Amino acid sequence: MSLLEVDNLSVTYRIASGDVLAVRGVSLSLEAGEALGIVGESGSGKSTLAMAMLRLLPKDARTEGRILLGGEDVLAMKWGRLRAVRWAEASIVFQGAQHGLNPVQRIGDQIAEPLLVHKLATPEKARARVVELLEQVGLPAWRARSYPHEVSGGQRQRVMIAMALACEPQLIIADEPTTALDLMVQAQVLALIKDLIASRGISLLMISHDLSVLADTCDRLAVMYAGRVVEAGPSSGTFRHPYSQALAAAFPTVGDPTSRLAPQGLGGDPPDPQRLPSGCVFHPRCPVALDTCSTVDIDLRPAGDRRTAACVLVLEESC
Amino acid sequence: MLAATDLRVEFASRGRPAARAVDGVNLAVGAGEIVALVGESGCGKTTLARTLLGLERPTAGTVSYDGTPLSYRARALKAYRREVQLVLQDPMGSLNPRQTVYEAVAEGPRIHGLPDEEKVVAEALSRAGLRPPERFFLRYPHELSGGQRQRVVIAGALALDPKVLIADEPVASLDASVRGEILALLLRLRDDLGLSALVVTHDLGLAWNIADRVAVMYLGRIVESGPTEEILRAPQHPYTQALLSVLPESPERIVLTGEPPDPTRIPTGCRFHPRCQVVAAGNVIAPTCQTTLLPVLPAIPEPQSACHLTI
Ligand SMILES: Nc1ncnc2c1ncn2[C@@H]1O[C@H](COP(=O)(O)OP(=O)(O)OP(=O)(O)O)[C@@H](O)[C@H]1O
Ligand SMILES: Nc1ncnc2c1ncn2[C@@H]1O[C@H](COP(=O)(O)OP(=O)(O)OP(=O)(O)O)[C@@H](O)[C@H]1O
Ligand code: SF4
Ligand code: SF4
Ligand SMILES: [Mg+2]
Ligand SMILES: [Mg+2]
Repeated sequence: MSLLEVDNLSVTYRIASGDVLAVRGVSLSLEAGEALGIVGESGSGKSTLAMAMLRLLPKDARTEGRILLGGEDVLAMKWGRLRAVRWAEASIVFQGAQHGLNPVQRIGDQIAEPLLVHKLATPEKARARVVELLEQVGLPAWRARSYPHEVSGGQRQRVMIAMALACEPQLIIADEPTTALDLMVQAQVLALIKDLIASRGISLLMISHDLSVLADTCDRLAVMYAGRVVEAGPSSGTFRHPYSQALAAAFPTVGDPTSRLAPQGLGGDPPDPQRLPSGCVFHPRCPVALDTCSTVDIDLRPAGDRRTAACVLVLEESC
Repeated sequence: MLAATDLRVEFASRGRPAARAVDGVNLAVGAGEIVALVGESGCGKTTLARTLLGLERPTAGTVSYDGTPLSYRARALKAYRREVQLVLQDPMGSLNPRQTVYEAVAEGPRIHGLPDEEKVVAEALSRAGLRPPERFFLRYPHELSGGQRQRVVIAGALALDPKVLIADEPVASLDASVRGEILALLLRLRDDLGLSALVVTHDLGLAWNIADRVAVMYLGRIVESGPTEEILRAPQHPYTQALLSVLPESPERIVLTGEPPDPTRIPTGCRFHPRCQVVAAGNVIAPTCQTTLLPVLPAIPEPQSACHLTI
C-alpha cells in the first residue's frame, strides 16, 4: 500500500467572478521513503494540490476525489483525527513560510511549541529535542536563543524544516522550500532534505517551479499544467510532453553548445483557469500542435519507461 | 564604453565597522557586449550596479562612460541616465499598479522632454516585443502576464534610446517558460541596436544563455572574469568551481559550508579562505591564503582569477 494515494482530485475555488478550476482530476501516489517532485509554472495549481492533501484550503474551495494517507480517507476524517494527522503524520513546509516565523519569539521556542501544545514532551525534554532538531538541520544549539531576524534566509529555511520534523512525520510536503535562496544555500538545504529522506525513511512531496531543484532530490517527477498532471515519470528520464520539454529547455545545461547564446522560451500566456482553452489546454502555446488538438483532449497514457504523458503525439503502441 | 576603475563603496553605520559592499572593482563593458555579473546574495552586485548608474557615489575610484569620468552634478547625471538605463528585478514592484502601460513608458521621455511622445512609446513597446503597441497602451499591470510586465519595464528603459542597459536580476521573478522570451529579447536588442548590457544575476544558466563575458563577484571583489565559455567550462577560481558544481548537471558537488560572509568583517589574506574547499582539504598553500593579500584584478577581457593557486 502506498503511503499517499490521490485519486482524481479536483479543487474549484468559487469566487464572485465565477469558478476557478485550480486542480482538475489529479491522481498520484507516493511510496514510503520515496520523493516525488511536482513542477509547473505559476498558477498551475501546485500549492492548491499541496494544501488539499491536509484539507488546509479556504472555505470557498470545493474539493472532490479521494486522498488516502496511510490507507485512511483524508476527506472523510473527523476534525479531531485530522488535527492528529496534521501534526503527527504529515507536515507541510509552506511556500514563503520563512517570512511567517514569529519575529518576537526565539527560534527554539517556536520549534518546541507543537511538542508542548500536543503534550508530547515535558519542557525539559522539548529543549533537548530542539537541540537535536537544530543539529539535524545543521544549526548550532545556541541558535535556539536567536530571533528570526538574526539568522539568514537559508538558516530560516532550516528552522522551518526543523519545525516540520519536530513530531517525526511520515510525510513532508515542501512547497517551494528553496525559492528565493541563493544557489549555494539552496544546495545546502537540498542536501539536507535528501539526507533526511535517506536516513529516516521519510516520504517527500516537493513542489517547485524550478525543474533543476527537483531533478536531483526526487525519484519521480510530475509536471502540472493548468491544474492537471500532463506528464509523470522517473526524474532521470527524458520528457515526452511538449510542455515538459519546453520547461526543461528553459533551464539550460551550462556547457551545452546548443543553448549557448540561444535562450529557449515558450510563447504565449499561461492559461486563465476561469477560461480554459478547449481540447488539449496546452494547444494555443504548443509548438507542435495538430489540427485536432483544439478539440480533442488527451488523457495521460503510457509513454514507455514507467512514464505517462497526456499528448496525442505520444503513441501508445510505441512503448 | 562603461568602466569602473578601482571602485569602492562603503556604507558607514554607527557603532559598527563600515560595510565594504564594493571593495576594489575594475570592470568594463564594451560596445555591443553583454557582461554577466554573478555572485551570491549580499556580495555587492546591486551596489555595484547602482554605483555604475550614478545612483550611489563611490567612496573611492571612478566610473567612466565613453572614456570620461562621471560627473555627479544634476545636469550631467540626467544626461548620463539617458544613455545608461536600469532595468530592475521584480516587475510588479517597479510598476505603479494605478498607472497604465502608456503612462509607465512615457515617464522617462517626459522627464527628458522628448518630442513625439506617442511615437516614442509605441516604438519602445514594439521593440520590447509588445505588438501591436496600441493594444497595450491602456492596460494596467495586473492585466498583464509576468513576462509582459517585465517587457513593459524594459520598454520604459528603451524609450530613451540608451546605449547601455544595466539589468538587475531581469528574470528572477519570472516563470521558466517566460524567462527564455525575455533573454532572447535582450540578445535581439544587442544584435539589432548594438545595445551593451550588464546583467546582474545569481543564475549561471542565464549567463550561459546570453553573456559574452562573465565576472564572478565574491564579497565585494571580482574574483574571476573572462569569456563565458572559458569561465563556465573551465573555472579556475575555487569559488567559481564550487558555484558550478552545485548545478544539477555537475557530476560532483562541492557544497561550501557556512553562510554568505559579512562585508563588515572581510577576512585577511584571500577573502574566500574561510570557506575555500582547497584550504579545507589542507592544501600546502593554505598558510599563504590566510595571510597574503591578492591583487585587484584589472579590467581585461582575457580569463583571469584572483587565487594564489593561479597567480
Ligand atoms: N483562495 C483562492 N481563491 C481563488 N482563486 C485562487 C485561490 N488560491 C489560488 N487561486 C487560483 O488557483 C490557481 C492555482 O493557484 P496555486 O496557488 O495552487 O498555484 P501554484 O501552482 O502554487 O502557483 P505558484 O507557483 O505561483 O505558487 C491560480 O489561478 C490562482 O489564482
Ligand atoms: N544602504 C546600505 N547600508 C548598509 N549596508 C548596505 C546598504 N546597501 C547594501 N548594504 C550591504 O552591502 C552588501 C552588498 O549588498 P548588495 O545589495 O549590493 O548585494 P547583492 O549582491 O545585490 O545581493 P542580492 O543578490 O541579495 O541582491 C550587503 O551585505 C548589504 O547588507
Ligand atoms: S496534444 Fe496536441 S497541443 Fe497538446 S501537447 Fe500534444 S501536440 Fe501539443
Ligand atoms: S587563494 Fe587560497 S583561499 Fe583563496 S581561493 Fe585560492 S586557494 Fe582558496
Ligand atoms: Mg504555489
Ligand atoms: Mg541585489
